Amino acid sequence: MSHTAASLRAQFPLLAATPELHYLDSAATAQIHRTVLDAVLHHETTSRANVLRGTYRLAEAADLAYEQARQTAARFLNAGSADEIVFTSGATAALNLVSHAFGATLQPGDRVLISVAEHHSNFVPWQMLRDRCGIELTLIPVSADGRLDLERLADLMGSRCRFIAVTQCSNVTGAWTDVAAIVAAAREAGARVLLDGAQAVQHGPQDVQALGGDFYAFSGHKCFGPGGVGVLWGRAEALTQMPPFLGGGGMIAEVTPEASTWAAPPQRFEAGTPPIAQAVGLAAALEWMMTLDWTVIRAREDALCKRLIEGLARIPSLHLLGPQNGERAPIVSFDIPGLHPHDICQVLDAQSLALRGGHHCAQPLLAAFGVEACTRASIALYNDEADIEALLGGLDCARRELS
Amino acid sequence: MNDADSLYQDAIKQCARAAHGHGRLENVKGEAKLDNPLCGDRVRMQVALDGGRIAAVAHETKGCLLCRAAASLIGARAAGLDAAAVETLTGELDAMLKGAVAIPAGWPELAMFVPARAYPSRHRCVLLPFRALQAAIGKVGARDTAIPANDHGEAKVVI
Repeated sequence: MSHTAASLRAQFPLLAATPELHYLDSAATAQIHRTVLDAVLHHETTSRANVLRGTYRLAEAADLAYEQARQTAARFLNAGSADEIVFTSGATAALNLVSHAFGATLQPGDRVLISVAEHHSNFVPWQMLRDRCGIELTLIPVSADGRLDLERLADLMGSRCRFIAVTQCSNVTGAWTDVAAIVAAAREAGARVLLDGAQAVQHGPQDVQALGGDFYAFSGHKCFGPGGVGVLWGRAEALTQMPPFLGGGGMIAEVTPEASTWAAPPQRFEAGTPPIAQAVGLAAALEWMMTLDWTVIRAREDALCKRLIEGLARIPSLHLLGPQNGERAPIVSFDIPGLHPHDICQVLDAQSLALRGGHHCAQPLLAAFGVEACTRASIALYNDEADIEALLGGLDCARRELS
Repeated sequence: MNDADSLYQDAIKQCARAAHGHGRLENVKGEAKLDNPLCGDRVRMQVALDGGRIAAVAHETKGCLLCRAAASLIGARAAGLDAAAVETLTGELDAMLKGAVAIPAGWPELAMFVPARAYPSRHRCVLLPFRALQAAIGKVGARDTAIPANDHGEAKVVI
């Protein structure tokens, strides 16, 4: 299989239809692969029915497609079992699910650790839990280059740390988290670990057993799949210990006028009609991703990231956020004093360069960097050298036009 | 493209850089801090009124050129307006950006924002300082309005 950026780009209908577009915002939403659209259309035109409710053949077909999608997600994550896969509406829903369901098992004074580098979706739910239940919420700080500073991790955990929820990879800086160190510390303390994998999954299949945490969350739209679907992986015993989050159809064992009892996971956490076709589409994306040679793709992504950082270094006064060298996912954010990211992105858009400027739903991290907003370029498998050169040229243009 | 058609025409850049009214008032009567969560624009607007009309206005604006230009224009021109006039002006500016009406009467400088009509996500950048001005006036003599206050006692409204 060809792994050139051009051959991969041709598989994405939007990109194929807009050859002039330099799409550098995959950290926000990756483009959707043709096989996903085909799978969704096929499902909706051959197997559309509600799941886990009907006994007619069409409903059986829908059940099969949905449960096969669960198995695909399990293989993508190397989960121990498909029963450890909960479909949600996205990573945000998955994170809120855990904050509510695991949160219900906590006592006032118990401690939860998150980091300054979290996306708001792994920040706000825990603040809400703190305010609701009286837990202690403690922040892991970041070093000057945006990496989680784990030097004082044991002190931060204290004696009552029950949960650590951190990003696997920053959506602003691309910095990878030292997951092994966090998992080791959590195991010693008897605390559980959640990884927000939203930014990691578009750079290849993951191995939750090797990572060693207890929960892993990601979104379909960030790994070339549909919007409106996400995955929560939970270690079987961790899921079993949690009460439900949302109540409704499909998540109960029995409902009487007086009370209800709960289905076993994963159904316990899938109240109501799940995103069926979206799950089928996501599975198509994950199946496609599992056919790729990620060594080749990651090498190209890293090379493009390196070239971009080298080019940015030539812009006077530009402040590169995050690791200055070394390993990072191909996400590059920067600040040019005097030029607002919104204005920069507006000028870049006129040259068909799609980048995001703003706080990237990571205001605590940006505050730690001392900026309100920054410009972000994020690179995915369909990007090539022309995208990077266009961006560097576009930034020269923006500096001229906005000065 | 003519400069008048350009989003980043000289008038906007010059107005933003002039930063008329930048700073803080010594005797604040009304203050509001508004954010645009999309891009991180932030405006702190302060006013003092005399007989219901703006006697003094000052702002601290961190944001894009459009937001800074709009705040600067307020700093230069808002003195003498009362709450009703600010409300009317803000409404007309909103309508102008949506293409419904011409330039608000008496404010020919607002023509520099006409190119922003084509970019709906930028309308909030232009409107943010005007809405901050509205909120600040609303705080005068009514410190316990419906605008939620943050820990610093500042009005904090997200649009």
